[in-house]
Amino acid sequence: MSNEVKTQAGPAPGAAAAPEKKPGKRKLSAEMGILLILVGIAALFEIMGWIFRGDTFLFNPQRLFIIVLQVSVVGLLAIAVTQVIITGGIDLSSGSVLAISAMVAASLAQTSDNTRAVYPALTNLPFIFPLIGGLLVGILAGFINGSLIARTGIPPFIATLGMMVAARGFARAYTGGQPVSMLSPNFTWIGSGYMPVIIFLVTAIIFHIALRYTRYGKFTYAIGANPQAARVSGINVGRHLIIVYTIAGLLSGLAGIVTAARASTGQAGMGLGYELDAIAATVIGGTSLAGGIGRIGGTVIGMVILGIMTSGFTFLGVDVYYQDIVKGVIIVAAVAADMYRQQKRKV
Amino acid sequence: MSSSESLGFHEPFNEEQIAGVFAETPYLLEVEGVRKAFPGVVALDNVQLRIRPGTVHALMGENGAGKSTLMKIIAGVYQPDTGEIRLHGKPVKLPTPLAALDAGIAMIHQELNLMPYMTVAENVWIRREPMKGLGFMDFVNHAEMHRMTEHLFRRLNIDIDPEIEVRYLTVANRQIVEIAKAVSFESDILIMDEPTSALTEREVEHLFAIIADQKAHGVGIVYITHKMDEVFTIADDVSVFRDGRYIATHLAKDINRDILIKEMVGRDLDAMFPKETVPIGDVALSVKNLSLEGVFRDVSFDLRKGEILGLAGLVGAGRTNVAETIFGVTPATSGEIFVNGKKLIVDSPQTAMRVGMALLTEDRKDTGCFLVLSVLENMEMAVLQDRYVKNGFVDQRTLTAECEKLKGMLRIKTPDLYERIENLSGGNQQKGLIARWLLTKPKILILDEPTRGIDVGAKAEIHRLISKLAGEGLAVIMISSEMPEILGMSDRIMVMHDGHVTGFLDRSEADQVSIMHLASG
Repeated sequence: MSNEVKTQAGPAPGAAAAPEKKPGKRKLSAEMGILLILVGIAALFEIMGWIFRGDTFLFNPQRLFIIVLQVSVVGLLAIAVTQVIITGGIDLSSGSVLAISAMVAASLAQTSDNTRAVYPALTNLPFIFPLIGGLLVGILAGFINGSLIARTGIPPFIATLGMMVAARGFARAYTGGQPVSMLSPNFTWIGSGYMPVIIFLVTAIIFHIALRYTRYGKFTYAIGANPQAARVSGINVGRHLIIVYTIAGLLSGLAGIVTAARASTGQAGMGLGYELDAIAATVIGGTSLAGGIGRIGGTVIGMVILGIMTSGFTFLGVDVYYQDIVKGVIIVAAVAADMYRQQKRKV
Repeated sequence: MSSSESLGFHEPFNEEQIAGVFAETPYLLEVEGVRKAFPGVVALDNVQLRIRPGTVHALMGENGAGKSTLMKIIAGVYQPDTGEIRLHGKPVKLPTPLAALDAGIAMIHQELNLMPYMTVAENVWIRREPMKGLGFMDFVNHAEMHRMTEHLFRRLNIDIDPEIEVRYLTVANRQIVEIAKAVSFESDILIMDEPTSALTEREVEHLFAIIADQKAHGVGIVYITHKMDEVFTIADDVSVFRDGRYIATHLAKDINRDILIKEMVGRDLDAMFPKETVPIGDVALSVKNLSLEGVFRDVSFDLRKGEILGLAGLVGAGRTNVAETIFGVTPATSGEIFVNGKKLIVDSPQTAMRVGMALLTEDRKDTGCFLVLSVLENMEMAVLQDRYVKNGFVDQRTLTAECEKLKGMLRIKTPDLYERIENLSGGNQQKGLIARWLLTKPKILILDEPTRGIDVGAKAEIHRLISKLAGEGLAVIMISSEMPEILGMSDRIMVMHDGHVTGFLDRSEADQVSIMHLASG
């Protein structure tokens, strides 16, 4: 699973030319397995589309656009949580951090036409202000998560559960539950058209490279695989964990900005439950909750699988309740399949 | 009775000879022609064993010799592929551990099998609790169970509260409870798999007293151990195994250590410890009155370039703690460390690594390997602290080439560097970890039990490597619980007991006796 794979992204800039490996010795990578599942699911929906609806599922540009758009926002959270899970942790707060960041960013992006702006003195600001505001909120939340986990030893599940509840509270308290609207076009541009997709893909490539070709990435895997050995190998585990969670917060903040810009409004209920979709996509993508194993490529594919399923069920007219049932089954099945594969390797 | 000379050391077990050596008593347990194969390995091949009542029968052999597998077969954990087990002369089948227990065979496992959240009494009597009934419903009779435990403990001279939860006990006390539990079955045969590994000396004596009591009751005790001294203290018979084969059985009083070692390893001691004499250089590391409160105190020594300083002592003497403190894993509470004459406050492994220290930790699985990562990633993790990195990016091409070189040099057996390290054998994992530290080009190498749990061949290779590194001017500290290793490899030996240094021995004056003398305080 940890074999070098050169199928994705180009080699990293500078020194990080992809490591060489004798051809033919490469084993079927984990991503290939998930990719096959993705192709299978897409084909299944296509066939069922023709059978039940007499229409194509895949070859509909508008539907595909909606799928990738949906995938993009949660995808940012999934990238964030992937690296966190690789360290052996978890981040339940990303959906809530998305909300508070969306609120803060929106409040700094209002136009002066708005007579009830959150900060009447701070309207018509250049888009860099809401951008930085939103990111800072995310960074702060992530830093608090990381510090709690690294310095006090509180389990990641508990620390980020606390942040999940508290950040949602902050998002509501920020405007007393009122939506923040009438955002300036130079801000909403961030969420227009294919922008969210571009942001997602660029982020995915950056983190793919970071995890595979940088010291940051190597240490992230090392800590997840064995924190004690990492410490004895000279890695400052506490500091690294704080960085990882802070970056996760930053990405949640970015997702908040994109969400607010896309919807032209900031609302406290944004991103509700996204953290679980993000974790689900990560797990479907082959990242091990035990830490040390996982790829951004897998997560992206896992994300697309979730997106296609949601869209496909809607297309087929399946009741939303049944969609959730199937989704739940798929998540468990993906992990079970992965565990089975690991088991088989050992014998 | 004939003498041991008539027992050819490498000859197969011979009916007549053994009948002559041993008394006429019928055997309690006989194992004959047992073979057991696992996928890829034959763990046991045509193995035999005979246990006399009222004796201690020691099983000796290197790791992987098949002792534990044989015991698991006798205890019903594994089924033999072929062969026969006879109890009191009658062939038996032992399909499960419960069946073995019912047949009168109790085993104390190497791993502790107690339930931490239950009391000592509940653990001892589990599945056999005394009951009191209401006619339609039975309850555990706690008062009776308490009484039974106290009775058992009094007989065995154990001073542990039966009502305390096991999780509050020290590892040694858990082991004692485990032993008491095994005795409580009143079995004919008691199997002990390295029972003293977690025990201090006083507790070992206690265990030996329990064993003597059991012997007097006619119990046959099968005793697996790596500790030579124990064999000569308590064993009546000794059987040696090597590489899954039965080698020989002796009366303990008729043989000596050298013969046993020769049989166990199948070669002479000299070949195993190819220590080269190298010129000793300047002081590389100097430790003065180093203490870690509550753990060890006033440790002082000088370590010179090219020197191998052996660190001997019993389990729990504080050797590992000293190593971890010097390396900054648990910073010292007082004392000083000088590297190349310069004082250094070592507050983290990073600080230690910066001045060229390296620590190969004792526990490969807990603090050594990144099990789910590749061999390559395991090798490169330490050196990435300060080399092969430009602007945060890893210079993978150069680093991989370096690792390939080390893989060849250390003869690490793996399909390629991308194999997960957990799929490698213990010896090859250990070599991978040594490679991790060699990449950092250390000046001071601290090795904590460098050859624990690895096979004989790899062991010799690692010894040769350590010797070679010292020859290149590295200063080496080697902690080892294996006497022959300490004696064979060290230029000087520092002995610890109960958290302090009890003495230094030169290579020329050191032997097993002098070390044991210092190690026991």
